[in-house]
Amino acid sequence: MSVATYPMSCQELVELVTDYFEGALSRADRRRFELHIQGCGACTAYLEQMRLTIEASGRLTEEAIDPAARDALLEAFRGWKRD
Amino acid sequence: MLRVARLYVRDAAVAEEAVQETWLAVLNGIDSFEGRSSLKTWIFRILANRAKTRGEREGRTIPLSAAFAADAEAGEASVDPDRFLGPDSRTPYLWATPPRSWPVERVLEREALGVVQAAIEELPDSQREVIRLRDVEGWSAEEVAAALEISNGNQRVLLHRARSKVRAALEDYIDPEVSGR
Repeated sequence: MSVATYPMSCQELVELVTDYFEGALSRADRRRFELHIQGCGACTAYLEQMRLTIEASGRLTEEAIDPAARDALLEAFRGWKRD
Repeated sequence: MLRVARLYVRDAAVAEEAVQETWLAVLNGIDSFEGRSSLKTWIFRILANRAKTRGEREGRTIPLSAAFAADAEAGEASVDPDRFLGPDSRTPYLWATPPRSWPVERVLEREALGVVQAAIEELPDSQREVIRLRDVEGWSAEEVAAALEISNGNQRVLLHRARSKVRAALEDYIDPEVSGR
């Protein structure tokens, strides 16, 4: 091993999940993260829970446009076309 | 767009005006759009500028990026520290009360999505806006950082805090035995 590494704890791992997903970890930390996951069923479950959380958020429907704002916007568009 | 505008101005009507102005500016300036950023990023940059100008005029400007950056810097644990073993344990900082696998179908049913929605509503402004744009509306990290005028790193911190809290709320709902709340 070229770089001395110390093992990642579960408590450290839960702080780094988004950085891991976003590819923002250093190469060394990414390796520590993946080594930990390989040997830790609880953190594997945690990672899966975070994935499911993201998926659930993605299923929320966009709230409808406020009707008053929509009418005002349409009016503004009409004004613009007349100019 | 209205939601993003309201981050800069408190008055709903003023925020709506900023959104309208933005569309007019977009329509008038579309020829000058050079495609160096995504169209979405370009539109939201115009919106941020318009909303800020209006906010300043009204004397109600909220220094958005400063507030977001401060939120990102405040320390906050992603998981209740009581869920982990303490420093004096033989295996410090490992799970004391480990999370368990969730049945996928339970997470994605309507009632669970209601839990997710409610948890997002309760987040502080900065975290709520970032998770809505990223995870609900599917924007890229770069688009969100540009629209909210925050660094990519702060965007990530806010997103992580938000997701961690929504996960905890889901766990309270799906597996209250381990969540311990």
